[in-house]
Amino acid sequence: MRKVAIYGKGGIGKSTTTQNTVAGLAEMGKKVMVVGCDPKADSTRLLLGGLQQKTVLDTLREEGEEVELEDIIKEGYKMTRCTESGGPEPGVGCAGRGIITSVNLLEQLGAYDEEWDLDYVFYDVLGDVVCGGFAMPIRDGKAEEIYIVCSGEMMAMYAANNICKGILKYADAGGVRLGGLICNSRKVDNEREMIEELARKIGTQMIHFVPRDNFVQRAEINRKTVIDYDPTHPQADQYRALATKIDQNDMFVIPKPLEIEELETLLIDFGIAN
Amino acid sequence: MLLRHTSKEVKVREGLTINPAKTCQPIGAMYAALGIHGCLPHSHGSQGCCSYHRSTLTRHYKEPVMAATSSFTEGASVFGGQANLLAAIETIFSVYDPDIIAVHSTCLSETIGDDLQQITKKASDDGKIPEGKYVIYASTPSFIGSHITGYANMVTGMAEQFTVSTGEKKNQVNIIAGWMEPSDMREIKRLSKELGVNIVLFPDTSDVLDAPQTGKHEFYPKGGTTVAELRSTGDSLSSLALGCVSAEPAAIALEKKCKVPFTTLDMPIGLSATDRFIMALSQAGGVSVPDTVTADRGRLVDVIADMEQYLYGKKVALFGDPDQIIPLTEFLLDLNMKPLHIVSGTPGQRFEKRMREILDARSPETNFKNGLGADMFLMHQWMKNEPVDLLIGNTYGKYIARDEDIPFIRFGFPILDRIGHSYFPSVGYSGGLRLVEKILSVLMDRQDRDALEEKFELVM
Repeated sequence: MRKVAIYGKGGIGKSTTTQNTVAGLAEMGKKVMVVGCDPKADSTRLLLGGLQQKTVLDTLREEGEEVELEDIIKEGYKMTRCTESGGPEPGVGCAGRGIITSVNLLEQLGAYDEEWDLDYVFYDVLGDVVCGGFAMPIRDGKAEEIYIVCSGEMMAMYAANNICKGILKYADAGGVRLGGLICNSRKVDNEREMIEELARKIGTQMIHFVPRDNFVQRAEINRKTVIDYDPTHPQADQYRALATKIDQNDMFVIPKPLEIEELETLLIDFGIAN
Repeated sequence: MLLRHTSKEVKVREGLTINPAKTCQPIGAMYAALGIHGCLPHSHGSQGCCSYHRSTLTRHYKEPVMAATSSFTEGASVFGGQANLLAAIETIFSVYDPDIIAVHSTCLSETIGDDLQQITKKASDDGKIPEGKYVIYASTPSFIGSHITGYANMVTGMAEQFTVSTGEKKNQVNIIAGWMEPSDMREIKRLSKELGVNIVLFPDTSDVLDAPQTGKHEFYPKGGTTVAELRSTGDSLSSLALGCVSAEPAAIALEKKCKVPFTTLDMPIGLSATDRFIMALSQAGGVSVPDTVTADRGRLVDVIADMEQYLYGKKVALFGDPDQIIPLTEFLLDLNMKPLHIVSGTPGQRFEKRMREILDARSPETNFKNGLGADMFLMHQWMKNEPVDLLIGNTYGKYIARDEDIPFIRFGFPILDRIGHSYFPSVGYSGGLRLVEKILSVLMDRQDRDALEEKFELVM
């Protein structure tokens, strides 16, 4: 079983990219589980065809310790197993602790057991690594490979670099490695070259360049992944390609995050200056 | 030789504290809250915090200590403790019926960002606080400060959240007690009565944590500052804060809110600090010092003079809380003893500043340190380098005293293995007398124990 975590700046399209890619893997016959690690609980919407009714933490709050696995894991597109950790409303409590609690609970309940015959577990994690709780999925023994979703926009690259710092910390202590950057295009000038260069400098690869296509939004409004909504659309092939690349990936590195000056130079050389 | 691994060589330590001379913030908040009449302290956190604080206070006072808890679960840590606290407030008022709930936070509720002000406001808006009842709060994360900080925060909460200024001055003086024993608070009230000054003492744990055995359990003993008294503090002539660390913040809050001027004094432990307290109180109340108080002072001076030969030059190590050990250091100097090694785990620059004022002229060679790294291990190391004749501090000092085979006087918080502190004051002239008696007893017992047969004196 490969354990994958997807990180990236908030709003960059992590959940969309994750679910579309998972759909690609599922189509290939892989058995995948998606664990949404975002208090908004919208990481499995496209696979389930709607929002997950009950999150792990909602269930824990209501049922106490008596949580059953069936209550919190639902089957979605092509037998993908979907669960949302959930969390508090904005401004109260501790969302980070929520992630720790729910990932522990999933383990205790045997969500990763062999009986499920999983090929992949995907953790879709909120925004930047904001505190220790959000790093839970990359602690030792949890996710082993990480993909960072980014674009050619400065803040997205800045966030990607920051996430690498978080990975570095855990890579030293455990087995977590960076599998690559996924460029979710925002149609920035020289975007592909810039991200390829960023990936090179960090010591990894740009595993795939997902071109921007409004069709993704259309599928999303219909609560479906692109592959599910229209398997013949060219954008579906993009996600199939990304799924295949991840499935065949063998480049797993300890990232070398850049200094801020270096990052800014990169932006000037490739982007704004031109 | 329980602490036989303590080495003589003092090395710089950055990340390690060994046997800290302090404890958690909430324990101070809980103790302060017990000094309000009809108050149930409430710990907003997990159950373990509350149990530890209650049991330590119980072990120190040998009295039952009542307190409630928000009983955080994993869910509360994630979703915030608001629901727990609101439910707790409702349950407490309907089942235990206190006049006041004094809520303090814990490390957990602070870290997840629970806002006690917002939650108590919501409790009030939702009608969960019955008419004439109150909920006050203090933020007390233990990763900042010490039990003394927590005490100061809760007393400040009392000043900020209770006080009202009616615009009409009352002929009374506020005395804000620093962390002291119920016996000390009782003595402060007795002295004020003897001087004829109307005071409001807060907090006041006398008749709460030294309550008499009557055969009937009182959930809320008769002692404690009442709500009416606390509210009136805004109309007082002035405030005397007894302790620059544990009492002054409340005096500042009172000045800010109701423009009550204040004077900060050392806690009146020993001769000089008591002199200053008596003078300040007589000035604040516009009264002269009665002969009875002057006579009490005279008796203390007489004993000191009589027993000078047993006290002179004796070296002392002491540890504890800043507001107590500052005047105690001064008293030891007044007794012509030599306070040599002093540590306090409570951080803050006021301690160092005040200690410098006291020690620079009279004992510049004294080692003292507070805050980070000022632990009992360091004091023990200093003692190994320059031995002392006497150790003064809380119960935890007994291990060092035993290892070094030196006389030991229990003083401060907590005292878990002896009684007396809740009943016999350390403040005032009578408190000074008690301290001198205790010091002489252990020193002279030691002299007797070690005397050769031909030097074993009948008359001392």
